[in-house]
Amino acid sequence: MTELALQTQPVAGAMPAFRATVGAAELRGVCEKARAHQARLVALWGSDETPRGGGYALHLALALRSGLMWLTLPLAREHPRYPSIVDIYPCANRMQRAAYDLVGIHAQDGPDRRKWVRHRAWPGGVFPLRKEFAIGTNYPPSDDRYPFVKVEGEGVHEIPVGPVHAGTIEPGHFRFSVVGEKILRLEERLCYKHKGVEKLFETMTLAEGARLAGRISGDSTVAYAWAYAMAVEGATATEPPRRALGLRAIMLELERIANHLGDLGYLGNDVAFSFGFFQFWRLKEDLLRLHGELFGHRYLMDQIVPGGVARDLPREHAERLLARLEQIQSEVIALKAIYDDHAGAQDRFIMTGQVLPELAEKMGLAGFAGRASGVKHDLRVDYPVPPYQQAGVRMAAHTRGDVAARVAVRFDEIFESLRLVQTLAGQLAPGEIRAPLADCPAGNCGVGWVEGWRGEVLIVLDSADANRIHRAHAHDPSWQNWPLVERAVLGNIVPDFPLINKSFNLSYSGQDL
Amino acid sequence: MYRLLRQIAKTGIVSESPPPPDETLRRIEQQLGEVILKHFGRALAIRHVDAGSCNGCELEIHTMNGPYYNLENLGIKFVASPRHADLLLVTGPVSRNMELALKRTYEATPDPKLVVAIGDCGCSGGIFGESYASCGRISNVIPVDVAVPGCPPTPTALMQGILTAITPGGRDRA
Repeated sequence: MTELALQTQPVAGAMPAFRATVGAAELRGVCEKARAHQARLVALWGSDETPRGGGYALHLALALRSGLMWLTLPLAREHPRYPSIVDIYPCANRMQRAAYDLVGIHAQDGPDRRKWVRHRAWPGGVFPLRKEFAIGTNYPPSDDRYPFVKVEGEGVHEIPVGPVHAGTIEPGHFRFSVVGEKILRLEERLCYKHKGVEKLFETMTLAEGARLAGRISGDSTVAYAWAYAMAVEGATATEPPRRALGLRAIMLELERIANHLGDLGYLGNDVAFSFGFFQFWRLKEDLLRLHGELFGHRYLMDQIVPGGVARDLPREHAERLLARLEQIQSEVIALKAIYDDHAGAQDRFIMTGQVLPELAEKMGLAGFAGRASGVKHDLRVDYPVPPYQQAGVRMAAHTRGDVAARVAVRFDEIFESLRLVQTLAGQLAPGEIRAPLADCPAGNCGVGWVEGWRGEVLIVLDSADANRIHRAHAHDPSWQNWPLVERAVLGNIVPDFPLINKSFNLSYSGQDL
Repeated sequence: MYRLLRQIAKTGIVSESPPPPDETLRRIEQQLGEVILKHFGRALAIRHVDAGSCNGCELEIHTMNGPYYNLENLGIKFVASPRHADLLLVTGPVSRNMELALKRTYEATPDPKLVVAIGDCGCSGGIFGESYASCGRISNVIPVDVAVPGCPPTPTALMQGILTAITPGGRDRA
């Protein structure tokens, strides 16, 4: 790894990935150097290594041009702590706080010492991801005080919203400080949906974990299932058949199309253009019904399994799928012309909820929202491994970073995914769809890294003995993007919040774990 | 405008007829009298509460409002506050961090009220079960009238659950 001048070891698997160990004294220097090389911070997490005779550990995943760098900083058993990197990578803030709440590793000189994942379920000083903590431990509800930042001044008042919201949305708390209708500040409090996903992984075998991975964020079940399968395949040195890779990519693109269709409908709804909602949800339902018929599940849950895929797509099914997609394409073209022409909708979309490229780059805005703000990253393009290598992906891009730009990128990505499904279906290799998993000794590692519809999904695995899981960390791009929703709404009016929020459509479950 | 009108005309009405109620989904005997149910059956207000789901069930709840299922056509609509609601549609498992919010939402809903638990996790705790972070099934936290399994349940199953909740009948299965 020349960029960071570190001794690295490759991590086996489909995506290029490397591991390196750093000392506490080097951590910040390595991060500064990585930042200077335009490396993104993908994830930060902690682990308990005491059963292996060590202490604790801090882990970072950095996206370098050559691949994913998995950095590990071993920490002492007593008072585990490390220097904060929030000033280098601002998106590390919530991740560092989560690593403390769950593993009890402390970021020194961190700018924000408030809790993040912990609410009332367990008391301070207790850390659920430590090995000594039993998963069934039950505490009486603890005191849950959380100091929101107060905005003061004449005419300023607060609007608290949630965790139960007015629409069919996941739970979270939004604290608006407003003057009249104008938003001066928004502060999010999340993790209401924390349900112990990472602790649960540690009770499972590598094979059992696949179902759980597919339920980290239901709307991204394909992306998570693929990332998990990729990590297991890396750890067990299993090579999935080529046909399975093609089928996985087809399903990932179908998931992207379905989600973008649904959100484009809701974006119409949120500007009182209910025509858009009904039209796009008709198309989405057409697609979901076909998923149910061809794959046995409307959202393609449990279709990607470690080693391959659960069922094949025979030629006549592929033809039915392509015919339906062709029909959807012509309808989306017509609907795009109607959206583009609709003065009322465009008036609400344009210059609403803007995230400018400079801020997006600094904060690491991920996925399609990043691409709408000039952050040109897409794993399918940056690291073209099979089957995307053969299909070739054209990246959507925009620079204005407003709701209109996110709408435009979503339209572009639907069209590109429609083209990709057709290409991938044409290139499907014959043969098997599933390879048996080899046994996995303790301490094997795997990385799963997939460009889901929302952005990059990461699963990192470290195996225990008997094909069990020592530590599995799942990372949703919503970690990076939630803080930018706080920024995007500034200066906008409160009634535009639902529109701005929907234009990102972030996952709560994927963040809260 | 011409294109918009043409698209509407071309699409026509795609709404389908609703499914019949399904008695096997009922968890407790119907507590409400025919008079109340008659009113609920014509104008039912639902408050959805996500108490900790993976968001898969939410996808299908959205779908019910789409053109094929067209829930509003049956006089059933989603409202923004539990104070306006007759029925709570709850997805789970109930995370411990949502336990208090769910109880408060239930208390804020005026009597007589109904609760429909959604999905495998709402019915049994599902893959998340009970743990330091999860209370498991919805009925561990608030009383449940009807429970609809599935991961996620189809929109048709969801509609059956809602329609069962506002239909007389049932036997005590508690």
